Amino acid sequence: MAEQHRADVIVSCLHGRCPDLIPALQEEIERRGLTTEVEVVESGCRGLCAMGPVILLQPEGIFYTNVQPADVPELVEETLIKGRAVPRLTYKEPLTHKDVCYYEDIPFYNKQMRHVMHKCGMINPESIAEYIALDGYQALAKALTEMSPEEIIAEVKKSGLRGRGGAGFATGRKWESTRQAEGDVRYVVANGDEGDPGAFMNRSLMEGDPHAIIEGMVIGAYAIGAHEGFIYVRDEYPLAVRNLNMAIEQAREYGLLGEDILGTGFDFDIRIVRGAGAFVCGESSALMQSVEGKVGEPRPKHYHATERGLWDKPTALNNVETWANIPLIINNGADWFASVGTERSKGTKTFCLVGQIANTGLIEVPMGITLREIVYDIGGGIPGNGDFKAVQTGGPSGGCIPADQLDLPVDYDSLIEAGSMMGSGGMIVMDNHTCMVDIARYFLDFLKEESCGKCTPCREGIRRMLEILTRITQGEGEMADLDTLEALARTVQNASLCGLGKSAPNPVLSTLHYFRDEYVAHIEEKKCPAGVCKALIEYYIIAENCTGCGLCRRKCPQQAISGEKKEPHVIDLELCIKCGICHDVCKFDAVGVR
Amino acid sequence: MVDQHRINEIIDGYGADRMNALAILQDIQREYNYLPRKSLEWTAERLNVPVGEIYRMATFFTSFSLQPKGEYMCKVCMGTACHVLGGPRILEALERELGIKAGETTSDGKFSLEAVRCLGACALGPVMVVNEEPHGYMTPEKATNLIRKIASSDVEKVAAPQPASERASARPTVDLSGVPPAG
Repeated sequence: MAEQHRADVIVSCLHGRCPDLIPALQEEIERRGLTTEVEVVESGCRGLCAMGPVILLQPEGIFYTNVQPADVPELVEETLIKGRAVPRLTYKEPLTHKDVCYYEDIPFYNKQMRHVMHKCGMINPESIAEYIALDGYQALAKALTEMSPEEIIAEVKKSGLRGRGGAGFATGRKWESTRQAEGDVRYVVANGDEGDPGAFMNRSLMEGDPHAIIEGMVIGAYAIGAHEGFIYVRDEYPLAVRNLNMAIEQAREYGLLGEDILGTGFDFDIRIVRGAGAFVCGESSALMQSVEGKVGEPRPKHYHATERGLWDKPTALNNVETWANIPLIINNGADWFASVGTERSKGTKTFCLVGQIANTGLIEVPMGITLREIVYDIGGGIPGNGDFKAVQTGGPSGGCIPADQLDLPVDYDSLIEAGSMMGSGGMIVMDNHTCMVDIARYFLDFLKEESCGKCTPCREGIRRMLEILTRITQGEGEMADLDTLEALARTVQNASLCGLGKSAPNPVLSTLHYFRDEYVAHIEEKKCPAGVCKALIEYYIIAENCTGCGLCRRKCPQQAISGEKKEPHVIDLELCIKCGICHDVCKFDAVGVR
Repeated sequence: MVDQHRINEIIDGYGADRMNALAILQDIQREYNYLPRKSLEWTAERLNVPVGEIYRMATFFTSFSLQPKGEYMCKVCMGTACHVLGGPRILEALERELGIKAGETTSDGKFSLEAVRCLGACALGPVMVVNEEPHGYMTPEKATNLIRKIASSDVEKVAAPQPASERASARPTVDLSGVPPAG
């Protein structure tokens, strides 16, 4: 975002997609003698993952998707020299194929409200100067020099900010209890152990704007009186660890972290702790055990972490997204923050919109937006010939919300009422090719592995529910199983020690509630309506569509398909292992599932 | 073989502090691709904790392995988005192709196959990762072809997507930082 350049070429989501794009751009810009006029900025996630790598050209605001090194000469010639867009590279609406040239006109973005993510994809995350250029660390200076700790806590309370990790506890109240708890030593901790399958918001934030988290933590530490902080990051996210470490080093160099921050006499430093692949470590007491260098098992909560957390000292533990909201609140004021959202859920929330959806990616929306707006306006609807069936939110602790609730406002309380929860922000869209019994089985299988095994209801209850569900998906279920499932689910919900167990039955209960007919179809008709559960389906050739091209015959790993050239083929069901490859490769829709 | 001197270096790098046990084990795992038994014993001794405690950590966290892994580590993502998009079929295809189950290593020590929880690359689903290099939008056919290609030719490793600052000094290995959250 250097001021002296005529234009910026901001490139996002290169990781793994196209390592050669930036060098190609730099080379071409140099070749055309534009080096002093145009700057190439390598930036963090801009959210539109389905179409990466993406490029935003500033100041014009032209937005290109799926850019490859081969496109670079034309891009530079047409846009940077002649000042016009390359239509081939502009964004196309996934369903209508309509051309949209400018970033601000793209529905995926203009229905969003990018507050927490506003610097992600705009700045180079490796540069503290770019963060500072966009008002970074201004909130820290304001908090430390103009506000008392009590005033900061009052402001955060007034803003109505609730925890972004899922449960939605009021952040200001948490800070207040931590500050008021007895003891001299206090800690702040950021939870970046994003373990929910189907979620990567925290990853994008840690990678794309690490300073926002650090700034929030310094302000929080000053407010509650802590001098040491920890960021717990998933081991699967090495780039997040790297960018956070780099940001911490830079902040120390600039006197924004360490001793005597900004000459105010306040000392605070941050250390990064890497997780090691345990979902339960997202749970607060397990996470703190892990930070202490122990096995990450939850503890009974006789005391809240605000009183006895890390090493039994008062601890304020917040999700990284919660921390990144703090500078916004201090800079713009609680009223500004509270002007967005619903009565009890303020501000914005990031979500990962994935699964059967046209625009997969990372989004940030105001609380209270409806699921319909998210799925159809931002997400661009369901691709192919699928029909919307459900949205799964809240990860393994959440539930599935069906089509007739598409107008549900997305906020903490409405989602809980609908039998799901906010969670950290995974939003997996499912269409009629997704079997809801299989999804419930999938989540229990996940939780069976991840249950730490300390308490019996969770350890044993999940296994028994999983056995029943597996039986149903294999066509061996009975109607009485549904009552047993429900009873077991209630027991696990009520009797488990920590949040993992208490919420583990949610996927079962919500699918039983909304999609009972699918369970019944598996049990009584021995059919899987979505065509997923292997024991209940068979592949067959639709003779009138089959041209006898022989592709499926050649691809079948079992040699189960036979037929003459240009004649309809047949599948030998005795040999078929239902791998579905014939269905994948057929170009004539001639392989059906029933 | 396991080098006690190297293990000590790792432990000393963390000040032989018990609080850093997790980080120490992670570094050993990175170095050897698994946690050799001796390394657990030495770590316990140096940190002054019972070896059972270290063993407990090594078996609690899923990113650790007590068995050596194959030359090519194939991880198939079983996150929710990948599951919905057909991840289990990718895994089945590879199990068939390699003749092993998830969690096992081929007898020639060439391939290890693992079903892993969300890699955070959901928008590329279904995703598989071979030696930390991500492959998106997989189908059973593409996955088996990839494995066959590796088996027959030891495919040239694709250059790592690296952060700008490190690009000058090219590193030979790729890490998962490469996966776009884009997934």
